[in-house]
Amino acid sequence: MPKNFGRPQALTSNPFHYCPGCSHGIVHRLVAEVIDELGIKGRTVGIASVGCSVFSYNYFDLDMVQAAHGRAPAVATGLKRALPDRMVFTYQGDGDLAAIGTAETVHAAARGENITVIFINNANFGMTGGQMAPTTLLGQVTTTTPEGRNAAANGYPLRVCEMLATLEGVAFLSRVTVHKPAMVVRAKAAIKKAIQAQLAGAGFSLVEVLAACPTNWGQTPAGALRWLEENMLPAYPVGEFRSWEAC
Amino acid sequence: MKLLMKGNEAIGEGAVRAGCRYFFGYPITPQSELPHYLAWRLPEVGGVFLQAESELAAINMVYGAAAAGVRVMTSSSGPGISLMQEGISFLAGAELPAVIVNVGRGGPGLGNIAPAQSDYFQATRGGGHGDYHVIVLAPASVPEILTLMQDAFDLADNYRNPVMVLADGVLGQIMEPVVLEDSCPATIPAKPWATTGSEGRTQNIINSLYIVPQELENHCLKLAAKYESIAEDHTRWESYETGDADLVVVAYGTAARIAKAAVNAARRRGIRAGLVRPISLWPFPSRALQKMARRASAFLVVEMSLGQMVEDVKSALAGARPVHFYGRTGGMLPEAREILHRLELLQEGVNSYAKELWPTASADQ
Repeated sequence: MPKNFGRPQALTSNPFHYCPGCSHGIVHRLVAEVIDELGIKGRTVGIASVGCSVFSYNYFDLDMVQAAHGRAPAVATGLKRALPDRMVFTYQGDGDLAAIGTAETVHAAARGENITVIFINNANFGMTGGQMAPTTLLGQVTTTTPEGRNAAANGYPLRVCEMLATLEGVAFLSRVTVHKPAMVVRAKAAIKKAIQAQLAGAGFSLVEVLAACPTNWGQTPAGALRWLEENMLPAYPVGEFRSWEAC
Repeated sequence: MKLLMKGNEAIGEGAVRAGCRYFFGYPITPQSELPHYLAWRLPEVGGVFLQAESELAAINMVYGAAAAGVRVMTSSSGPGISLMQEGISFLAGAELPAVIVNVGRGGPGLGNIAPAQSDYFQATRGGGHGDYHVIVLAPASVPEILTLMQDAFDLADNYRNPVMVLADGVLGQIMEPVVLEDSCPATIPAKPWATTGSEGRTQNIINSLYIVPQELENHCLKLAAKYESIAEDHTRWESYETGDADLVVVAYGTAARIAKAAVNAARRRGIRAGLVRPISLWPFPSRALQKMARRASAFLVVEMSLGQMVEDVKSALAGARPVHFYGRTGGMLPEAREILHRLELLQEGVNSYAKELWPTASADQ
């Protein structure tokens, strides 16, 4: 019987270290499948950020650069300016991208920097122990909001796609989720479009992926998917915030 | 071609001649003429000039371009260099070559925009977190800026290590004649480690994370061996009138130019004074000073700070000879007559301790 499903070429054979039910493994795979399908493995450079995905350089079988916390879009900018014909993407969590790296994100987008950002939003700082992130929902309990996030004390969640949608340099902007198989298929299509936009030289592209973090949410893997659907989807509606089509 | 050139512009022209085609930086005084120059000069030679949103972004853009294998630089002054320290630590940890220019100004805090050498500790002790060094080169004239920029890029590439060029506001602003020879294209070594896309080979990874303590210790020991080799082969200094010197002045950059005038004046008064001008501040020319201590009876360190390099001089001489200090800070310049006055006191055998030679505001009024 022919084997129709295998490991993407753009992934190494290293097993993921992620927690059971974590969405990073799914998103790594989607990015790798898209790179394989576009035939660009040999001319792609990925930027790993600081957070749970810091070791992504062990999983992507690509040239990889590990960046300082929050600075992945700046590192990608320097790399892409030096190698404009390579595909350059960053892979960042919400603490990295939306807290310490907000300036680098906004300005790379405003410049229309021709890079692709894969943004994992799981509503907390995963690696350091489940602290409040800018994306943490109101009322959500984290290790630094033990009574739940309170707007008066902690402010409001940051909606990255809505914020970046005001910028002219952005070519493609989409929020997707991976909590159901049908949604995973749509997420892959968005990642592909974002990378195609870069290959076409259209400018900055970003895909925000709503992701489950069962460990820090205090949920089972299945429970975390339900929690995502019931709590994150209403606060972070999926869809395209800036459309781009290949001509 | 002979022309009159400003120090900040010479930094830019020296970089271009060394094959640097990428500049990422954020505006700050007193280095502004450098980005102004490169903003037109780099596009002229097919390079990229990019004004970043902050020094944090600028140094990380440098990190990305260095990972791609190209010659790249940034420049700033005191406060901006402080902001870049995390990125410089990452460059050192990941062994990426890059050149960082600090056109020094008065500190701490916002300080002021006048020339100073008070970033010596920051430059020569690594500056950021972790066990590492950057190579630090200190020019003292506009022509020397041109040659040191070439050396800076060569050293960075040869050792895969960040190099800092430490100047000050005087050197940035001063205009001096330089001779620009027709330059050949710079020779840039192959960089098989660069992350350029893995076509035809296995993946390259640029990284400074070693999660297993033994692996990080091994990495740091490898860096230490590299630093030792740099110290062995690339410690640089200029000696002036030191052959028979009884009193040796130690000063670098702009302070060394002032000190040279004082040494000349002292010689005219029959004082056997000489000058050692460290050109590499890290590695520091300790052995050269130790050799001079065989003949010299005392050392006088002159700095545009409250005394930073003086600690390296004391450490080099390890108590073998008295080490005195004279410095001005906050953007004030040491005066040749004040240096001469101290040399005269030392000559007369008034071997007072450093604090008695300390300049006070009242003494200058």
